[in-house]
Amino acid sequence: MSMRLREELEAYLFLLPWILGFLLFLVGPLAASLYFSVADYNILQPPKLVGLANYQTMFADDPLFLKSLRITAIYTFASVPLIVTMGYLVALLLNQKVRGLSVWRTIFYLPAVVSGVAVAVMWVWVFDPDGGIVNNLLRLAGIEGPAWFTDPDWALTTLILTSLWGIGGGMVVYLAGMQGVPTHLYEACELDGGGTWNRFRHVTLPMTTPVIFFNLLIGIIGSWQVFTNAYVITNGGPANATLFYVLFLYRQGWKYHKMGYASALAWVLFFIILIFTIIVFKTSGWVYYESDQADQST
Amino acid sequence: MSTQLQSLPTWRQRRSVHTVITHTLYYLILATVGTMLMVPFLWMVVSSVKAEHEIFSIPTTWIPERIRWENYTHALESFPFFRALLNTLFITVSVIVGRLLSTSLAAYAFARMRFRLRTPLFVLVLSTLMIPYHVTLIPTYILFTKLGWIDTFLPLIVPNWLGLGAFYIFLLRQFFMTIPSEMNDAARIDGCSHFGIFARVILPLSIPALATVTIFTFLEQWNDFLAPIIYLNSPDKHTLAIAIQFYRQSASGAGWGPVRTWAHLMVVSLLTMAPCLLLFFFAQRYFIQGVVISGVKG
Repeated sequence: MSMRLREELEAYLFLLPWILGFLLFLVGPLAASLYFSVADYNILQPPKLVGLANYQTMFADDPLFLKSLRITAIYTFASVPLIVTMGYLVALLLNQKVRGLSVWRTIFYLPAVVSGVAVAVMWVWVFDPDGGIVNNLLRLAGIEGPAWFTDPDWALTTLILTSLWGIGGGMVVYLAGMQGVPTHLYEACELDGGGTWNRFRHVTLPMTTPVIFFNLLIGIIGSWQVFTNAYVITNGGPANATLFYVLFLYRQGWKYHKMGYASALAWVLFFIILIFTIIVFKTSGWVYYESDQADQST
Repeated sequence: MSTQLQSLPTWRQRRSVHTVITHTLYYLILATVGTMLMVPFLWMVVSSVKAEHEIFSIPTTWIPERIRWENYTHALESFPFFRALLNTLFITVSVIVGRLLSTSLAAYAFARMRFRLRTPLFVLVLSTLMIPYHVTLIPTYILFTKLGWIDTFLPLIVPNWLGLGAFYIFLLRQFFMTIPSEMNDAARIDGCSHFGIFARVILPLSIPALATVTIFTFLEQWNDFLAPIIYLNSPDKHTLAIAIQFYRQSASGAGWGPVRTWAHLMVVSLLTMAPCLLLFFFAQRYFIQGVVISGVKG
């Protein structure tokens, strides 16, 4: 009995850092954030309760809020499926017993290792309308390329294109998933007379759906939180064409000091991500979980 | 593994002219996509040793007329590289140490100790994964303002010493669970306390998982932009990420268009990326493994 009690107390000691962090940096801030979201607050003066005014402003008379929602949604719907599909296709190719697998894997994964401002600076330069390599190469083919990041009609598309540089991150996971497919399944498929397509359609694809699902989910969550590229490459411009949601939130908070409004924006972001997560889970009938019927040893 | 070996001959026999053609096609596609991913990198490297007039030459030249290493010395004279590097290193290492300690302690409690609130607390840990960073950002910022911690490294470091990073707790717990519990029992019989088992049995056996946490945390901290730009104001506190952004703005005035110092900007960006690339080349195994642990089994 005293052994049990001792272990119980010891466990909380092990968890102490987390419990402190949980209370100080999660529960506390969450409660405060909820409070700020229904208040007018500029840090200098104490918060003043305004009811749901912040949320009303957002949807009723803040065109920039709606614009940032639309931009981020477009980015999510364009970039996430593209990244998932392309990453998966490359993984499929690498799974065809190609030579030099580790070299290929390194090449494709390398861009996923670097990120942040240094990469953003690189993109500004790569897509520079005059001296950038993309337009220089297009000129060789006799095409006059667009102004990319500096053209309001192209800026968002260009950001979506740059996101494809990161296909390697998902690819490594898909490849690992594919390599984990038991060989006997392929043999069974072959006995049934299945060719390359059937092997893919009835073995590889179903067996890797959990990995696709995982990447789809974190891809969607991540794309709603894009900040660095929008800040560094385009700073929301031109003409607010790349005003991503988190950049909009950042400006409300740290440029205009509307901490109440920014908190409300953060809660809306939370609900958007929650809704997307629920939708992805609710529509996950296509995901095949082997452990449902197979051994539970892992 | 044995089934795989037995099936090898069948695969071999099926190699025919047809497969040779499809394989050539695979390599062509892989090489094309690989080149597209590598071109921005290579171009950055080439640009960093070019003269300014060469950078804008049309068509693009891939071999500089002369390799100008002086670009590197000049860039380092105008850019506070070593200061920013030191700051970034200090923050990154502090976060890594704090995170390893706090998350592994919590993970051990969840994996190996018996206490009544184990399941509900673990569910709580997992549910915090759902909360976007931005929801707690504003109250946390205000808390640090009140504490007088703005423009110090503390806001970037302290939360990570308190177990923030539920994902890592989850990852380590999953790994700890795979260690046979007989090792625990043996150590218990020898009179080892839980902390003894944790420090002398579990941690030494978990080097791969700890390496994964270290690498992920390194990349995340090295490239972080939002937190440093919010918390660090004075130039001598800047991390590499924000130092580049400031350097860029000061070099180009409006932050747009062709600047005089493109080569220098490339140098600075490359030097910032370099540690991430080096880490990747030396610890590739742990990268892939980490992605697999978190992505495939997660």
